[in-house]
Amino acid sequence: MIRLQGVGKVYRMGKVLVRALEDINLEIEEGEMLAIMGPSGSGKSTLMNILGCLDRPSSGTYLWRGRDVTQLSDDQLSEFRNRWVGFVFQTFNLLPRFSALDNVELPLFYRGVPRRERRRRAREVLELVGLGDRIHHLPSELSGGERQRVAIARAVVGDPRLILADEPTGNLDSRSGGEIMNLFEELNRRGVTVVVVTHDPAIAERAPRRVLLRDGRVERDYRNGREEVMAKDA
Amino acid sequence: MLENLRAAWRSLSANKLRSFLTMLGVIIGVGAVVCLISLGQGAGAMITSQIRALGSNLIMIASAGRPPLLAEDAEDLVERMPELVRAMPMVSRTVTVKWGRETWETTVQGVTPDLPAIRDFYPLVGRFVQQTDIQARRRVAVVGQTVVDELFGGKLPLGETILLQGQAFTVVGIMERKGEAMGTDQDDVIFIPLTTAQRLLGTKRVNLIYAQVSDDADPSAVVQRITAIFAAKHRRSDTVRVFSQEQLLQTVAEATRTLTIMLAGIAAVSLLVGGIGIMNIMLVSITERTREIGIRKAVGARRNQLLQQFLVESSLLSVMGGVIGITAGWAGSRVVAQIGGWPTALSVQAAALAFGFAVLVGIFFGVYPAWKAANLDPIRALRYE
Ligand SMILES: Nc1ncnc2c1ncn2[C@@H]1O[C@H](COP(=O)(O)OP(=O)(O)O)[C@@H](O)[C@H]1O
Ligand SMILES: [Mg+2]
Repeated sequence: MIRLQGVGKVYRMGKVLVRALEDINLEIEEGEMLAIMGPSGSGKSTLMNILGCLDRPSSGTYLWRGRDVTQLSDDQLSEFRNRWVGFVFQTFNLLPRFSALDNVELPLFYRGVPRRERRRRAREVLELVGLGDRIHHLPSELSGGERQRVAIARAVVGDPRLILADEPTGNLDSRSGGEIMNLFEELNRRGVTVVVVTHDPAIAERAPRRVLLRDGRVERDYRNGREEVMAKDA
Repeated sequence: MLENLRAAWRSLSANKLRSFLTMLGVIIGVGAVVCLISLGQGAGAMITSQIRALGSNLIMIASAGRPPLLAEDAEDLVERMPELVRAMPMVSRTVTVKWGRETWETTVQGVTPDLPAIRDFYPLVGRFVQQTDIQARRRVAVVGQTVVDELFGGKLPLGETILLQGQAFTVVGIMERKGEAMGTDQDDVIFIPLTTAQRLLGTKRVNLIYAQVSDDADPSAVVQRITAIFAAKHRRSDTVRVFSQEQLLQTVAEATRTLTIMLAGIAAVSLLVGGIGIMNIMLVSITERTREIGIRKAVGARRNQLLQQFLVESSLLSVMGGVIGITAGWAGSRVVAQIGGWPTALSVQAAALAFGFAVLVGIFFGVYPAWKAANLDPIRALRYE
């Protein structure tokens, strides 16, 4: 589904160039679940942003189902994210003045789905994540675990093919974190591709495939107890 | 659109005080325009109606130096100018009038029988000054309603004898009530025959000639001819001042217009300031909501969707400011009208203009902040603390 070829990302901080990613070759199949690990500053978030088309690589190509998406315009990238990708962030990133329901229906709003239909589907996914009785609560009235479940509901409401979760359990205790991972596994079983960034080996254990980043490069890429999976060259 | 309105309403009501303060510039601008223009037009309408109340198609010829204006000048004018229907010389002075023990200070006007037709001002009871009164210099008086109230305590004074500067006059008529015009009480008056008045006041001259122009004549041309006639007769051009009712009306209309334009200018400036206020707050609001914008972009908001959202917000601010401003301005003008006894006319045009201008200002000054929001880089926006 996804093929990154020689992807690099350079940030310019004044005169200093920061190489956040260098020569990343990575292939992700439809329906996979993988964990991305690595020390802080190794480029995990940058990689997620590129996978989710929030950002464009500085070099290399990104093929989505065989189509190069690096040349898309900003608006086309917005549409791409809206249709195919759901983001889950460490800090939840919910709109603070909006109820759970309002937050969840946001992607459908930008897709132009009529209000009634939006509400119905938002309610549905909130029930799916176990918050059917909290739909009118503001984020500030919810616990961390509940907030992250709202965020997951928002990520999946548009029926995306790819869920990108950047340290989704980083701000949660281990029990809530475990519940969040259960949700991701459930989504994965339904056929959604899930990529989770984590520091926690116990969390990473639950993903069949793990990618280790160091200094902006893929250091290891392996499946449970088996040999390393090397990205194929184009 | 409705969705955008709802969202804009939500984010504005999330910070009510700030939204209100932002609107204040627009409120004050629109309110001031509506209030002042309502008052200005009300005053203009009042003065206009008072000028009309003087009579119709009038030309006033006022004595302004030597040689003086004489009663014969009026007859002479009517004879020489077919455009003039009639002309009435008048002499007037403030005198003290006595009735028994009562006294009252009022204006005595020496007039001819033409006055009712010229001024559209008729006796209610009794009769007016007649030609025979003029010829015989009779000491008869026709009194206004204020004099009836103040001197006679409201009693019908027909046939009563009053003293004007020690001379006895018989009241033969009472005028209808005319009200106030040009800031003076038109009913505080006593009419007596012109010739009687001239003898009483010891003068041969008159203060004023009222002339009435026929409907099909051009008043300003008549004014010019009269001026020319007097210039030839007196061999000087500055002995009389001639002006038509038409000219007075035009002067008032012009003054009202000038006032309106000035107010519109002031309003434009204050609306501009209001607009800059809106832009300022929108910029602050966008900075504060950088993260929110990042989130919206992450879930797939396109540029023009965000542009719309923020434009609707700033427009909503200015529209609400405009509505509140119109209401406040109208209420303000009513209060001034109540306190000052000043008429108001809510100018729909002014309200619509101010409102439309306010909305334009809101959109115009909202464009830059909205554009800025729409073009934020989502990565930076999400990292923003
Ligand atoms: N927008 C940015 N501007 C400049 N440098 C950045 C930016 N984003 C990330 N970086 C830098 O790129 C490197 C990788 O960052 P990141 O992907 O956030 O790492 P991780 O998520 O693994 O901690 C870091 O050195 C970071 O400072
Ligand atoms: Mg990170």
